[in-house]
Amino acid sequence: MASVLELEEVCKEYPGHRAVDRVSLEIPKGAFFSLLGPSGCGKTTTLRLVAGFEQADSGEIRLNGAAIQHLKPYQRSVSTVFQNYALFPHLTVRGNVEFGLKHRPAEERERRAREAIEMVRLRGKEERRPAEISGGERQRVALARSLVVEPEVLLLDEPLAALDPSLRKQMRSELKDLQRRTGISFLFVTHDQEEALALSDRIGVMRDGRIEQTGTPEEIYLLPRTRFVAGFVGAMNWIGGAGVRPESLRVARGAAPSGARRAAAEVGAVSFLGNLVHVGARLEDGASVTAEVPRPDGAFRTGERITLWWTPADEVRFSDEG
Amino acid sequence: MRRLLGLYAAGVYAFLHLPLAALILFSFNASRFTVWEGFSLRWYRAAFGDAQLAEAAANSLLIGLAATAVATAAGTLCGYALWKRRSGLVAAALHLSLVTPEIVTGVSLLAFYQWVFRFAGLRLGTHTVIGAHVTFCLVFVVIAVMARLRTLDPALEEAALDLGASEWRAFREVTLPLLWPAVAAGALLAFTISFDDYVVTSLVAGVDSETLPMVIYAMAKRGVSPAVNAVSAVIVTALGALILVSERLRRA
Amino acid sequence: MNRLRAVFLLPSTLVLCVLVAAPLAIILSYSVLTRGAYGGVELPLSLESWLRLADPLYLGILARTVAMAAAVTALCLALGFPLALFLSRAGNRKNLYLHLVMLPFWTSFLVRTYAWMFLLRDTGLINTTLIWLGLIQEPLSLLYTPGAVLAGLVYGHLPFMVLPLYAALERMDRSLLEAAADLGAQPWESLARVVIPLASPGIRAGAVLVFIPCLGAYLTPDLLGGSKTVMAGNLIQNQFTHARDWPFGSAASLALMAVILVLLAVWVRREKEPLL
Repeated sequence: MASVLELEEVCKEYPGHRAVDRVSLEIPKGAFFSLLGPSGCGKTTTLRLVAGFEQADSGEIRLNGAAIQHLKPYQRSVSTVFQNYALFPHLTVRGNVEFGLKHRPAEERERRAREAIEMVRLRGKEERRPAEISGGERQRVALARSLVVEPEVLLLDEPLAALDPSLRKQMRSELKDLQRRTGISFLFVTHDQEEALALSDRIGVMRDGRIEQTGTPEEIYLLPRTRFVAGFVGAMNWIGGAGVRPESLRVARGAAPSGARRAAAEVGAVSFLGNLVHVGARLEDGASVTAEVPRPDGAFRTGERITLWWTPADEVRFSDEG
Repeated sequence: MRRLLGLYAAGVYAFLHLPLAALILFSFNASRFTVWEGFSLRWYRAAFGDAQLAEAAANSLLIGLAATAVATAAGTLCGYALWKRRSGLVAAALHLSLVTPEIVTGVSLLAFYQWVFRFAGLRLGTHTVIGAHVTFCLVFVVIAVMARLRTLDPALEEAALDLGASEWRAFREVTLPLLWPAVAAGALLAFTISFDDYVVTSLVAGVDSETLPMVIYAMAKRGVSPAVNAVSAVIVTALGALILVSERLRRA
Repeated sequence: MNRLRAVFLLPSTLVLCVLVAAPLAIILSYSVLTRGAYGGVELPLSLESWLRLADPLYLGILARTVAMAAAVTALCLALGFPLALFLSRAGNRKNLYLHLVMLPFWTSFLVRTYAWMFLLRDTGLINTTLIWLGLIQEPLSLLYTPGAVLAGLVYGHLPFMVLPLYAALERMDRSLLEAAADLGAQPWESLARVVIPLASPGIRAGAVLVFIPCLGAYLTPDLLGGSKTVMAGNLIQNQFTHARDWPFGSAASLALMAVILVLLAVWVRREKEPLL
């Protein structure tokens, strides 16, 4: 599959620290690609380099094969949805959405703006100002405004971070739906790994300016290549040098099945989460782990002695520091 | 202590307002002496009938409008450019124009003009005054504009560029509309400063470019006619109103 | 972007170069030339003007200027601090009271100075009122005295002291005063030991905003002062008009500028904050 966006050994340095350190990645056409990492890892800087708001010190950025790293933002066929939306406060919703279509004939401009506003379900609010609509609606205006110029790639800088949690889940599925419907490639920056896993076709995990791993959500979650990725994406228990996901840890009162790895532990706090139960336990060496068990299996009490067991296939081990 | 402070404040306010209030009050005095002898508008009639005053006022207006126009245009563009990226040199020059005493500005411009005129064959006149006024009004427009720019989200211009607008279009269609109250406030402030200037103007004005402050100064020195009170009252009210509007705009 | 920015800076740079920098350069060169026969300047080069500044007469004028500026600053501080205190505690009428302080200042400086002439003249309001009240027979000589200049300068510059003081006091954490009271301090004591020290950045800012303009004062001493109150500004103006000694006037101007710039450099170094 052809790549719509390629970064090759892109570097960006500020006095004091290297924000983007030889980052290379490829986004397939029509994919939802997330850049995931903790704050300060360089993901937003990478996004701004693609958008053209910053100039890379070295490396190449290619859009559909053509190098764009020397082009101005208005010469690149990418569009950005900002974290705080950056809606023009003195223009109406319609004015904002039509802004990028200045050079089209009026009839086409009106039609495309109308379609975009419909697509994000904001019909009826065209004449409102940004100050008069809600946070979620503002985000949809930002989306419509960027989508209407039909970019090759849509860049999204933590667009859900400013929304409250209930709205966030709803917008998440709307976003995914939007991407599928328009077929536009998305480059989505976030620090929320659950979001990245749920939305993406591919994920790039970043740390300290470097890409630690790229892959599908399944690959990232089940086959993490570094300790950092293993710990950052999803919860991870570290038992004797091996990593075991909470849902792979089983709890037995008596003996474990043969062939399984095991560890003796004492039950600490038990959290009832409706469909699941989180069993916190302390190992003999004092380490704390959490096992995630389906509700029917979980009726443990604090202080109970249990045996934790898991299959070797569920383990992840790293030979080097990661 | 609260009450003491309140009393004290009232005293200071009296100190601040009585001189002007007294002046305005006595502009309506029927007599030419500083003893109240009844309400009268005679000094206003005298002032408005005075041809020299009228011409001076017209000059001040013309100079003020011209200087304000130039200072506002140049200052807005300058403030915007400095916001985008600091220029140590330009900022230093602006600071210099701010801290230079008016008398030094005046004499240095006089010396400069005379030096230039040796080659260019020009004379002191309205144009030299306008140039001088632009000089000291510029920094106030820049300050007003930059203060407002600092409250703007830089992402707005980035969004405009992102959507295909050039830097010029981003400035015109995104930043400038949001900036204009500050521009207007700066313009009004510049006009007030220009209209009221005496020191610099008196040094660089030609024979036929007498301004209102120059006439008031002469009248004040002679100390004869209370018409100067009437003129003062009008000026104070007009300029005060302008500044009130400017303040409103600045907070808009 | 750089091209647009250069274009945007052009008009202002032109104004600053031609009408600020060039004039200062001209008087710099004039200060080392000789006074011309009919005014203006001519060769030869000479340091005579600069050396003349060391004459006791002119040093005296400088000293008087500095002393007047210092007195005005001190008086503005003494008068302005309680007012700023009042403003910072004024609750929701703060803006109104602030505007009332600033309002006279926003009108005409010339008119405000003339208003003091109107008050202090022999036939001015104060004298006629005192005579009418029977308190005095002959008018008091109030105008054309150092006191009149002092009053006029304080009147003109008080808002410049009050505003930064108010800003500093307003930002002050009220709970600090409560803590002081809690520890047994009387109101006057917490004023001296808590409020004033915490307001000191505002005091310094106000002092600079009053002292430096007062050094360059011309109009106030010209209208309200007499021969005993010649300040640097008057001296300079005189050299370029009646005395027609442009080299000396240039030297005096630059000397005044030098004093001001040195003071500002010290202040900026200390506060680490630019004015713009």
